[in-house]
Amino acid sequence: MRNTTTGWLLIAPTLFILFVTGLLPFLYVLVVGFFDWNTFAQNPEPQFSGVNNFRALVFDAAFLKSLWLTFKFTAFVLVSQLVIGFFLAKMLLRDMPLKGLFRTIHTLPLMIAPIAVGATWRLMTVPGLGPIPHWMQQWFDVKYILSRFPDQAFATVVAMDIWHWTPLVTLTLMAGLSNLPEEPLEQARIDGASEWRIFWDITLPFLKPVVLTTVFIRLMDALRTVDEVWMLTGGGPGAETRFIGLHIWRVVFPKTDYGYGSAMSLITLYLTIVMCWLLYVAMTGMKEKTR
Amino acid sequence: MKRGFLQSRLLTVLFWLAMSALTLLPVWWMFLVSVRSRADLFGKPSFLLDVSAMTWDNYAAVLANPTFQKYMTNSLIVATSNAVLVSVLALLAAYAMSRFALAGKDNLFFWVLTNRMAPPAVFLLPLFLMFTGIKLGDWSLFDTRLGLILLYCVFNLPFAFWLLQGIVDAIPRELDEAAYVDGASTFTVLTTVIFPLARPGLAVTGILTWVFAWNEYLFASTLTSVEARTITTGLAEFVTVTGTNWGQLAAVAMLTLAPAALVLALVQRHIVAGLTFGAVKG
Repeated sequence: MRNTTTGWLLIAPTLFILFVTGLLPFLYVLVVGFFDWNTFAQNPEPQFSGVNNFRALVFDAAFLKSLWLTFKFTAFVLVSQLVIGFFLAKMLLRDMPLKGLFRTIHTLPLMIAPIAVGATWRLMTVPGLGPIPHWMQQWFDVKYILSRFPDQAFATVVAMDIWHWTPLVTLTLMAGLSNLPEEPLEQARIDGASEWRIFWDITLPFLKPVVLTTVFIRLMDALRTVDEVWMLTGGGPGAETRFIGLHIWRVVFPKTDYGYGSAMSLITLYLTIVMCWLLYVAMTGMKEKTR
Repeated sequence: MKRGFLQSRLLTVLFWLAMSALTLLPVWWMFLVSVRSRADLFGKPSFLLDVSAMTWDNYAAVLANPTFQKYMTNSLIVATSNAVLVSVLALLAAYAMSRFALAGKDNLFFWVLTNRMAPPAVFLLPLFLMFTGIKLGDWSLFDTRLGLILLYCVFNLPFAFWLLQGIVDAIPRELDEAAYVDGASTFTVLTTVIFPLARPGLAVTGILTWVFAWNEYLFASTLTSVEARTITTGLAEFVTVTGTNWGQLAAVAMLTLAPAALVLALVQRHIVAGLTFGAVKG
């Protein structure tokens, strides 16, 4: 084996940059979360406050609301995207002309900047200009005003995320489906199993690793959604679509409540990890049961 | 076996035509808004392009605007420099990972990847304080293109590292061993053996990291103020500041999404692997 010093020298710049941009900020948040520090306060210097920030967070209605909205949003988009994505993956695996073109078009939203996705949807929903308010009025006699009705704002944000990210689920599930072994499927069909049983007992267990990965990635992305929602609703009306990323940003920047914002960041990070872990346990538990 | 209508190719194609229309609809609408004059914007929405009434005024106005010229230039410089920097550093790191017995390699690899998973909002504060606080005389990283170029490594470097790791691993070791036997230095091996063979992979890495850097908004909006603002922050400013000039907003948004849309066909096979970190191969 050649001298490992050369190896370390080659990898050193990468590790150094990631240490400064990734690890240092994390350690910093970890420390500041235990301080009382607001540059607009009477005493703008950081003071150690133990777990006070965390204690306050438990009773912070705005924070809890934001968390609840984030989880609601995540649950809605995850379930819809898995169901729609599975269906679309099945459809895209069919033999048809122009398949490559359809696949490319379907992939387009994944490449668009989230902020531009927000702009696109905003243009679709501006009253007087966008087609959605017009159709809602024309076809359903519904007054559609994003900036006034929380339910409409929430539903639109969910729809936007489905438009933006379902393609990822489609493509991953498609990859999973095309690697399914043919034999057990054939065998089950010969034995006269119903399509539903085949899906439940053969397809799903085989797809599990792919589904798990997809859910992880979508979960982490959904929990940190900021750009497109900011562009579409600005978090409003009121705070009805102010998801956690946006909420943290507001506490840290306009309000300069550094200590409190850091504590909030830590809790969010912690909850993200816990959710991923719970999901993992739930899904591997399911696997045990189906065996 | 005779297939029913639900399984037929005709229905499948019709279904995908409808799906494609649904996917393209919002983008098509934005394009329409960007080429319509202000008078044609309101009223009953029409999805048809009236070629005779088409106008490029919105694009002309945006492109002639010095602020936007600056934002565009910044975005181009930041995305390009970051993509090049990241590709080079990641190639070196991937080579080290692949060919040297580094202690704690697996943990290191995992740690590098976790950097991409972190929610950016969580780290805005320390990054902001770091960027404004570390000063060399009057100069700090805040509101500089260099700051963004370095910062975007946090999400692009892990990605490029992972992608190139697979590519370098696939290059037969015998090739570089042979070169070493001939007395080549590590540098020579990297430039004459590894680089040429990794070129297709480097191209994909470069394109995708370029797009990710171009698309980034949250860091750019928080860590720049005037000089280093990028096109994505410019797009967001349109809504909060001017708010009502929908035609120009649409033009800027079109310019923002254009590069990514243009390279789509080139890299679409790698997007899935890219976004799932290779856990799923597209």
